[in-house]
Amino acid sequence: MAHASYLDKKGLWSWLSTVDHKRIGLMYFWTSMGFFAIGGILALLVRLELMFPGQTIIDPNLYNKMFTLHGAIMVFMFIIPIIPAALGNFFLPILIGAKDVAFPRLNLASYYIFVTGAALAVIAILNGGVDTGWTFYTPYSIRSATSVVLTSLGVFIMGFSSILTGLNFIVTVHKLRAPGMTYFSMPLFVWAIYATAIIQVLATPVIGITTLLLVMERVLGIGFFDPKLGGDPVLFQHFFWFYSHPAVYIMILPGMGIVSEVIPVFARKHIFGYKAIAYSSLAIAFISFIVWGHHMFVSSQSPLANFLFSILTMLVAVPTAIKVFNWTATLYKGSIQLATPMLYALAFIFLFTIGGLTGLFLAALSVDVHLHDTYFVVAHFHYVMMGGTVMGLLAGIHYWWPKVFGKMYPEKLGKLAWGFIFLGFNMTFLPQFYLGKMGMPRRYHDYPVEYASLNFVSTVGSWSLGIGFAIMFSYLIWSLYRGKAASANPWNGKTLEWQIPSPPTEHNFEETPVITAGPYEYGVRT
Amino acid sequence: MLALFKLPQSSTMAPNIDNLFNFILWVSIVSFTIIVVGLIVFVLKYHRRRSDPEKTPYIEGHTPLELSICTVLFVLLMGIFAWGWIDYAKIITPAQNAVEINLIGRQWLWELEYSNGRKLTNELVIPKGKPVTLIMSSADVIHSFFVPAFRLKQDVVPGAYTQLNFTATEIGIFPAYCAEYCGTAHSGMIAKVRVVEPEAFEKWQQIWEIEQQLGEDSRGDRPVAPTATTEKPEARGQRIYAEKGCSACHTTTGQPLVGPSFKGLFGKQEELADGKKTTVDENYLRESIMDPQAKLVKGFQPVMPTYKGQLSDEEVNGIVAFIKSLKN
Repeated sequence: MAHASYLDKKGLWSWLSTVDHKRIGLMYFWTSMGFFAIGGILALLVRLELMFPGQTIIDPNLYNKMFTLHGAIMVFMFIIPIIPAALGNFFLPILIGAKDVAFPRLNLASYYIFVTGAALAVIAILNGGVDTGWTFYTPYSIRSATSVVLTSLGVFIMGFSSILTGLNFIVTVHKLRAPGMTYFSMPLFVWAIYATAIIQVLATPVIGITTLLLVMERVLGIGFFDPKLGGDPVLFQHFFWFYSHPAVYIMILPGMGIVSEVIPVFARKHIFGYKAIAYSSLAIAFISFIVWGHHMFVSSQSPLANFLFSILTMLVAVPTAIKVFNWTATLYKGSIQLATPMLYALAFIFLFTIGGLTGLFLAALSVDVHLHDTYFVVAHFHYVMMGGTVMGLLAGIHYWWPKVFGKMYPEKLGKLAWGFIFLGFNMTFLPQFYLGKMGMPRRYHDYPVEYASLNFVSTVGSWSLGIGFAIMFSYLIWSLYRGKAASANPWNGKTLEWQIPSPPTEHNFEETPVITAGPYEYGVRT
Repeated sequence: MLALFKLPQSSTMAPNIDNLFNFILWVSIVSFTIIVVGLIVFVLKYHRRRSDPEKTPYIEGHTPLELSICTVLFVLLMGIFAWGWIDYAKIITPAQNAVEINLIGRQWLWELEYSNGRKLTNELVIPKGKPVTLIMSSADVIHSFFVPAFRLKQDVVPGAYTQLNFTATEIGIFPAYCAEYCGTAHSGMIAKVRVVEPEAFEKWQQIWEIEQQLGEDSRGDRPVAPTATTEKPEARGQRIYAEKGCSACHTTTGQPLVGPSFKGLFGKQEELADGKKTTVDENYLRESIMDPQAKLVKGFQPVMPTYKGQLSDEEVNGIVAFIKSLKN
């Protein structure tokens, strides 16, 4: 390494006490990826139990804990932090030409808060786990004999980390842009992280309050939610989804941001409809706050509420479809290089389109009466969260790997893993749409024999996913030691991170860059 | 090997819901095909091998195209919404002459009770072609009564009543699942919905009623005494009305006393102390028994004590049935 790199300082303390956004981003990255591995293994075990009708490997109580942990770990400890707090932390300041985030110490504090919350959740798991589902619906969660209190406190604490990170990013975007970088010359990943940060700051306090009320009810017996104590169980669902629906967009918007970065670079084209994509991120963030009731169409919520939530939910489809259209249109007359990041970006469009379209079925009131809480819903949100966010994440990891570590990942193995993951994903989740339409409810330990053949197919598909991820993890770790050294700009990108060395120096830029052109100036003007 | 199971359409709403499902499916297939064909054609046609990365055209976007996509999409989405709402409004509107059956969900079984007092567990017998309304409540956590063959479900919530309305159109036995996660045996909480001809349903009830009067099983192998558990809900309500002191304040003659009379009460519009209006339905009655001051009728004093914890779900169902029987 000819230049000084942010990775140069060695020793555990240099990491634990760092205020460098890149190092903090990496600490988030490895922590969250560790939880992703645990959540993934739990998912494989859940699928293995469902391979045949009846009890296959584990009893119902253990099964209930496993799907709860799978959901809670994946949502709170992986998919919410992984893109904003890991990749966002690393690249947001660089993409706007800044040396760090606005509040570097607060950034480190967010990480420690996250680790504290996650540690509580891990203690809860070791203490016997939780069996309420990641949604903690009352009054079941009031009466469950499992570690609900510890887990909710963990979620409560992790929430603060999310709020502080969001706050930090909002201020960074407003205050630290390099000279010449206007709002509309920011890369779209920055727009996406910015929209996400707004949701994080506004919505997360609600889940904090909700989990706290849950803890107060369990510990002090104050009747908020349990009718036995004079509470209203459906109120909990309103509180929970008031956060957790916007949280769905905390999960997906950053993934969309990555796809908007990757496609122009590998198609050598200006992004199609820059403003439309930027505005649709904001529109999605706004609408996300007023659609929570679509999770509750059969909860006994009033018909008027159902009317409004159904119509508002339909509106989300407009900005979402615009994004999908624009990514596809960017490919038109491009020069397309099918490197691994691009393959994941294409997989994102393919799978996310299915995830988005199946949302229409669930937004239509009468159809949702049938499909609600069936495997159709399970398939739908996996197409969005995994087919969308995780594919976006994998595109981002491969795209930025050379920049973060200064090493290339092996391209052929990258494509091989992509194949296993793409096929395995569809084989796992496509049959679940049909199972749901045929009436198989979710969170089922056992199922009637007519659902057997498709459940079997789904389980076999999950093994292909497992193999794909195992290959990916192996070659990524391998490349850290044996990978080819990466040049500063292996993809020939025009955004700022590619104009500095790989890996970057501690302060990112030797001189403050002055921005004179937009981030997607590819192609020949005619 | 893949013998795919097909779900029968066994309620009046099932074909409507499937029609909208299929419509959205076609909209989705067409949209998905446009996107995927776009992806494949562009990737093949403009692959790096067949194109020069330095000579791509500079295209920033096409606002009229974006706006027209928004417009078409918006119209289509509002159409889907309206279709869904129209059918949903049918689902939630109970028929005037519906057969009313009480359902209590508990971990992990379904209890059904007919208006004649007949009780069944995990089995619901209903006449074909007649509207049925289930009046549902839960004894513990939230459950959801889901009959896939009818394409219908409704959460069953503790502390309140919910309703599920349907008319079966096919003779047969259909499974009903619990769709809201409720713990250990959630996936085993299955009831049979048995749809029979209306005449058979009448006979089935009559035979049982005669057996009850005779005080023994007609086959003679098992004596059955009319006990509290085989009491009609209405009669149970009347008994509790006398036993728990309701009669001190509420008459059955139409004459208000300390509280409103039960006669003609059900279905009535009442003006509340705060000036709001409410219709007396199952949920209002339940709330007024458990939390009497929550919605106090104008002109009465807030003096009624709460019965929370003193009455079981069955007893509350009984009082509600008793008040309903005094409708006219």
